[in-house]
Amino acid sequence: MAQVIEFTDKGLYCPAGQFYIDPWKPVDKAIITHAHSDHARPGNQYYLCHHDTKPMLQLRLGDHHYQSIGWNEPIYMNEVKVSLHPAGHIIGSSQVRVEYKGEVWVVSGDYKTEDDGISGAFEPVRCNTFITESTFGLPIYNWKPQETIYSDIRHWVHSNQLAGKTSVLIAYSLGKAQRVLNAVAEVTGNIFVHGAIWNTHQVLTQAGHVLPAVIRVTPELPKEVFKGNIVIAPPSADGTPWMKRFAPYSVGICSGWMQVRGHQRRRNADAGFALSDHADWKGLLETVKATGAEKVFVTHGFQSAFSRYLNEQGIAAGEVKTEFGAEEEEAVENPEKTDE
Amino acid sequence: MSNTNQNELKTLAETRNHTITAPTLGGMQLFAQLVQQLGMSTKTNDKLDALVNYFTHADPKDKVWVIALFSGRRPRRTVNSTQLQTWCAELINLPLWLLEESYHTVGDLSETIALLVPERADTPATAGKPLHYYVEQFLQLEKADEQEKKTFILQSWDELTSKERFVFNKLLSSTFRVGVSQGLMVNALAKIVQLEPSVIAHRISGNWDPATTNFEELLSEQDISFDYSKPYPFYLAYAIEEEVSNLGEPAEWQAEWKWDGIRGQIIKRDNQLFVWSRGEDLITGKFPEFSALQAKLPDGVVIDGEILPYRDGQVLNFNVLQTRIGRKNVTKKNLQEAPAGLFAYDLLELGGQDIRHLSLSERRTALEILINDLQLPFIQLSPIVDFNSWDQLTQLREQARNINSEGLMLKRKSSAYLVGRKRGDWWKWKIDPLTIDAVMVYAQKGAGRRSNLYTDYTFAVKDGDKLVTFTKAYSGLTDKEFAQVDAFVKRNSIEKFGPVRTVKPELVFEIAFEGIAASNRHKSGVALRFPRISRWRTDKKPEEINTVEDLKKMLELYGK
Repeated sequence: MAQVIEFTDKGLYCPAGQFYIDPWKPVDKAIITHAHSDHARPGNQYYLCHHDTKPMLQLRLGDHHYQSIGWNEPIYMNEVKVSLHPAGHIIGSSQVRVEYKGEVWVVSGDYKTEDDGISGAFEPVRCNTFITESTFGLPIYNWKPQETIYSDIRHWVHSNQLAGKTSVLIAYSLGKAQRVLNAVAEVTGNIFVHGAIWNTHQVLTQAGHVLPAVIRVTPELPKEVFKGNIVIAPPSADGTPWMKRFAPYSVGICSGWMQVRGHQRRRNADAGFALSDHADWKGLLETVKATGAEKVFVTHGFQSAFSRYLNEQGIAAGEVKTEFGAEEEEAVENPEKTDE
Repeated sequence: MSNTNQNELKTLAETRNHTITAPTLGGMQLFAQLVQQLGMSTKTNDKLDALVNYFTHADPKDKVWVIALFSGRRPRRTVNSTQLQTWCAELINLPLWLLEESYHTVGDLSETIALLVPERADTPATAGKPLHYYVEQFLQLEKADEQEKKTFILQSWDELTSKERFVFNKLLSSTFRVGVSQGLMVNALAKIVQLEPSVIAHRISGNWDPATTNFEELLSEQDISFDYSKPYPFYLAYAIEEEVSNLGEPAEWQAEWKWDGIRGQIIKRDNQLFVWSRGEDLITGKFPEFSALQAKLPDGVVIDGEILPYRDGQVLNFNVLQTRIGRKNVTKKNLQEAPAGLFAYDLLELGGQDIRHLSLSERRTALEILINDLQLPFIQLSPIVDFNSWDQLTQLREQARNINSEGLMLKRKSSAYLVGRKRGDWWKWKIDPLTIDAVMVYAQKGAGRRSNLYTDYTFAVKDGDKLVTFTKAYSGLTDKEFAQVDAFVKRNSIEKFGPVRTVKPELVFEIAFEGIAASNRHKSGVALRFPRISRWRTDKKPEEINTVEDLKKMLELYGK
């Protein structure tokens, strides 16, 4: 019997429902877990996603045929029952539950188990087969509670202020930037953002999300306004001439990769905050167990280590090669305009 | 931001009881913070500030240990990495392979363990034991049995925070390397004690024991005790980048062959002989050849020179000496097979007087008299290369490889003997390295800044229609190139053997090296000295690489 979901060169495919999930080549029907560019690619005829994902897809991919649904609202595609469930990764991010003839498969997309208060609280979904990401699938990746990290960030901002420096926080424009924004809004009103984050911010607030106010960095702003304040910028801006106007400044990178010193040193960051939108080792393990799945497929990340460990724990697991993310890098964003 | 906001922020930080001010930190925590700051900072001034801050606030006993550690005096390793891995895996109930997998991704065992062992929720933020407590415990451990070691280490892991655990492990496994030059540390110390940097540099060199020395003694304004063994800081040269003709009048310069051996100082004071290496190791016992100097050298003499494999008036390939360097005890056989000699470069002390401020010409004259008087065949003056024009010297340099020299040293005749690596008066002018084109066949993830990136490669040359590996190389590519090769490795790996991936032999690199010698440890039959990647030959196909015959020809020519 054919699998409910097959692994094809275009992506994860459900033959019975004739749809793909996060395909990396153009297809007729695509279900999109979330709006990061390695999962949501252009050129598909039809897109199905969560309500909160749709405006982001429109911003990033332009006009297409989009349909959006809420979480836990099953729809049928042929005889296949499809529903979305919160993945907790970024705003709108969803796991895809696919049920066909009583057999349930769940595709996790990217997920994190800690509730960030913005993305919706992750819910493990019972299933027969679970396809999980493994971006941080090694036991060295154990996140501190986000409140601790936020407090570290605020503390760092404070010492920068004492030293007369601007704090430049590097965070992905969709997801991390909003979390960081909420965290630092507690200590200051004047938060400046890069154009890419501004665009995301506009779309999200127009869609009804409540976010702290931000000021867009534009060439007209005199340099003095940044002094001692906070700037949030995407990774693509780090190390570019765009940053010069903030001098003297200190750069803090917010990414799960900052857990390891070497990675932090390679990025030449003044500070690294291991704040991630992915599940850590414990989160991955707990989720796999909570799904009750008899079979687990491990995709993008440390597939071989995580699947081997699961097998040793008595959970049948296999590796699947996908084209999500670069093997061990965080989702590469669309080349975003720096506005100038 | 408005003032009100700033004030609010301040109050907020205070009420949150943030520990910004250093004195509230525990000793180990303060040290962990220093290591973190030194590791992350790319600016010398930030590193200097971090050191000054540390030396201002730390416990004096801790300071002495930090000076010792940063000048290469590490506690001896009392446990090996297998023990640490096993105990850690046991403690957190993980299979050993997963710990190894984590280690290959992090690139550092100390850090891996620091990350794996969970932090206690109730770890106090400000208390904790001082650094010297742990270091002194390490010294005790030397005599302890395995169970005692294990108990101490597991207990320490438990009571330390992750960042402290990292430095603890680093100290324990004696793998501490910090991005701080001795010069930088000396400058930091000079800001908090009333001593000249050169005096501090001299005080902290030599043979002192951090366990029995206190900070005031070490850096007091008066020299209270005299350590007869103490070497001077070495004067080191940068490679010359511009045309030598820009150096001015040839007559103002002294040229010598540059030797590839062990830079060292020979000290005779108080009727005792001391031999120091540049790494500040006391190596007197390793070179019994030099014991004759104890009787022959006048007292109060310090000679700077190069220890070289030397027989019958000829400098041998450095590889010859390498066979005996690592040995604990030098045997008679070693002495016969790899005899050592000294090529004297400079004279730093004469008649008990520091003469480093004199000009090179004056010091050289004194050195020549001294060495000629000795009449010992294995103590030679480093020969001066006579030249009248830079063109002539350029030609002479070409002969370097024939006499196992690396090129030339250019020293201004009027120069004083300075401290550390300095530009201006001394330059090294090395001959171009040997090169060979090879294909990458294995890759492994790197460490430090290169953690989780494939940056350590093994290369092969052609042997008929097969490939034979002959060297590894770790450096020479830019970060961008490393990222590209890393992506290639991830896409084109054939097999995985533990941390090593075999890679489709497709990428061609030019490998540069300083010397070549026969070796039975390598399949190719050769061992290279200082191999590194000189460039990525994107213009070459794997079919166009060099062959094992080419290597053998080089061995014939230069491998004597």
